[in-house]
Amino acid sequence: MPATVKIRKGLDIRLKGGVQGGSHDLPAADRFSIHPTDFHGLVPRMAVKAGAEVKAGDVLFTDKKNPDIKFVSGVAGTVQEPVRGEKRRILRVDVVASGTEAVAASGMDPSRTDGDAVRSAMLSMGFWPMLQQRPFAVMPDSDSTPRDIFVSGFDSAPLAPSASMVLEGRMDAFRSGLLFLNTLLPSGRKVQLGVQEGDSFFSGVTEADLTSFSGPHPAGNVGVQIHEVAPMNKGEVVWTVGMQDVANIGEGLFNGCYVGKRTIALTGSRSQPALLKTTLGTPVSNIIKDRVLTEGTRMISGNVLTGSVRGEDGAVGFHDQQVTCIPEGDDPLFFLTKGWLGPGFDKFSASRAFPTWLMPKGKQYDLNTNNNGEERAFVVTGQYDAVFPFDIFPVQLLKSIMVGDIDRMEKLGIYEVAPEDFALCEYVCTSKLAVQDIVRKGLDQMIEEFA
Amino acid sequence: MKALHKLIEERVKPNFTGDGKLKRFWVVFDALETFLFTPGHTTAKGVHVRDGIDLKRTMFLVIVAMIPALLFGTWNIGHQYYLSLGDVTTADPWSAMFLDKIIVGAIKVVPLIVVSYATGLGIEFVIAGINGHAINEGFLVSGMLIPLIMPVDVPLWMVAVATAFAVLIAKEVFGGTGMNILNVALTCRAFLFFAYPKQMSGEIWIHDVMASKSGGLLADGYTGATALGQLANTVGQPVQGEVSSGVMAMFADGGMFSLMNCFVGTIPGSVAETSALAAVIGAAILIWTGIGSWRIISSFVVGGLVMGVIFNMLSLNAYMTIGPVHQIVMGGFMFGAVFMATDPVSAAQTNTGKWVYGFLGGLFSIMIRVFNPAYPEGVMMAILFMNVMAPTIDHYVIEANIRRREKRLTAAVA
Repeated sequence: MPATVKIRKGLDIRLKGGVQGGSHDLPAADRFSIHPTDFHGLVPRMAVKAGAEVKAGDVLFTDKKNPDIKFVSGVAGTVQEPVRGEKRRILRVDVVASGTEAVAASGMDPSRTDGDAVRSAMLSMGFWPMLQQRPFAVMPDSDSTPRDIFVSGFDSAPLAPSASMVLEGRMDAFRSGLLFLNTLLPSGRKVQLGVQEGDSFFSGVTEADLTSFSGPHPAGNVGVQIHEVAPMNKGEVVWTVGMQDVANIGEGLFNGCYVGKRTIALTGSRSQPALLKTTLGTPVSNIIKDRVLTEGTRMISGNVLTGSVRGEDGAVGFHDQQVTCIPEGDDPLFFLTKGWLGPGFDKFSASRAFPTWLMPKGKQYDLNTNNNGEERAFVVTGQYDAVFPFDIFPVQLLKSIMVGDIDRMEKLGIYEVAPEDFALCEYVCTSKLAVQDIVRKGLDQMIEEFA
Repeated sequence: MKALHKLIEERVKPNFTGDGKLKRFWVVFDALETFLFTPGHTTAKGVHVRDGIDLKRTMFLVIVAMIPALLFGTWNIGHQYYLSLGDVTTADPWSAMFLDKIIVGAIKVVPLIVVSYATGLGIEFVIAGINGHAINEGFLVSGMLIPLIMPVDVPLWMVAVATAFAVLIAKEVFGGTGMNILNVALTCRAFLFFAYPKQMSGEIWIHDVMASKSGGLLADGYTGATALGQLANTVGQPVQGEVSSGVMAMFADGGMFSLMNCFVGTIPGSVAETSALAAVIGAAILIWTGIGSWRIISSFVVGGLVMGVIFNMLSLNAYMTIGPVHQIVMGGFMFGAVFMATDPVSAAQTNTGKWVYGFLGGLFSIMIRVFNPAYPEGVMMAILFMNVMAPTIDHYVIEANIRRREKRLTAAVA
């Protein structure tokens, strides 16, 4: 049995519309899309022109700062004119699918390879973008060497699917992915895998060091797991990989081809929840087709805390394994009935100013996107601390970011955090501050400082 | 309600926007409209769902917690008035002349509340208008706290001046709600105390007691002094002396300031500070809803008790011989612990800091009241002092966290 870490601070937001399991294959989409904006700070350089024919696994664009890092097409087809935003920034690259041709390389045996070979294969075959690093919550540079690689074996976010749902039938691929990743670590070290207490899904896994976690969200956030297992210090780099991407890397490197499989949970009160086997780059419209009431609905790629809205044309986020559909809440709320002085039985609150805490623990809530109040000065204290399981003072760190004090941010522990770790702070905030946005700005200031 | 909202949006709002006649008063309109209707604003970036809690509900619950103190205080003003005239006796405090007492109390309390809110909110509206800010709800609580800690017979113009001083100097110059260093209501009280020392001491704790005295209507032996005022007379006197034993008799069982009377609050004092019981009910509401810090309230009370025990052991004068529980139910100690020390903006912000802040606040409250009879209300001074110290306390708590991180780095490098 692995050691168990009990996370005491946090909050499970109990939403309606969870997925039950029993996945089915989604028909292949007629389009593959990739958003360069899914990789924070990335400046893409197009490698192909609009109209070009590509095979699955062919390079679409590279990272301008790290030309070795390649972003590949998941399908064979015709490259479209990129969708651009302000200052001609590339927002999305589409490939209209036709045919099944794929780039083939020679497969690798995880037990007979070394780190250099794995690294160059991951770079050239398009697996590198599946990596993320701390500090700064960005994609690692192509020459980065990690102290550790962390994989969270469960997602504790609201309505997130379980490991056994998203990795069904892919355990072998997952384990060989771990073996490949182990070669990138200093010799003798293994990937750190955080598993949920009582979940036997990973019990046979010997290719990683397991730590089990119990407690509310964000226990499944990889940042929390790093903090508990081996907290990061200044100058250290840790990589994190999503569990489905570990399986993709394992299957892809073993067979010598690009693999971008993704099981996505369609969730939320506005959807008919379903577990859908598809691939990265699938348009949102493909996921929600016939399963979602789109009128007055917010369709979120990811979970309600950290997800993003990208329209029906956009693809599901590169690191997301969930689409959540909840009602928009753009109706004004009369103060005595639904508003600030109402009884609030329909509101889910971490504070005991609402009756949430008196309700049965099984009650699920149909939350909408209403802000439930206006932005105010910071008044209430101790609120963030109750949902933030790091040995870090969240408010003080945020204030140091707001005043741009680099030295203080460093001292208060900014290397350890990503915006997602502050998502619950933002949820519970009485003053309705944009906490994750502040953290992101702080991380960007640090990146600039070290550039 | 949709119809009402439509009416406001279509008929009323245009007057306040664009070239409307009343566009100067946009902040007023905005404050009132958002009072009636939480806007249909949706989350834009970051989280897509938000907790139901907002500052309006938070502040409202603090006011709810103050209601027991307010109601009891209103009754007690009348009760003390009729006691001073000898119209009722302590034998039957509750039922006799109940309505008359409430009426007398209301005559005193309602104008105080009106003056406090009118002055404070007026200034807030003007400043929000100048700065183009939305109006923060912070003053809803301060504006209720101010009347509750006023002496009964304080002239209303003084309340207005003090409220204006507190809102402007203690809060707005620092940047408004959330930025102040000192508790606004206590700053108001301290301003009165230091600016009008003559009017703020002596016989202002019972309605019309001066007039009753000069008219010869006062009941026998009635002085109108508060418990702390009486005790201040014993300082410098021998413990067994005549003055001391006279005063101490009032604090014995059956005396005017017996433990029970002090706890329930049937004694003279500021409008709503006398009842420890009402403060305890308020504390229960604040702690139950999680809005008041239980760490601050409990450590404040413990701090006061510890100082009381220490004084008991010293027993250098009669004041020090008062039991620790009796000490903390007198004066504004409990009211201060529950409603003043817990102000999240001026208190310590870290959880560890809150323990230290509360404990020292309670300790100093009792210490100041006993050591310096010129400041009979030690709670006010102690909390304002701790407001100033709170950032320092937090600083050391945070430094400890920083050092932990540095130690870890050193260990990792080595």
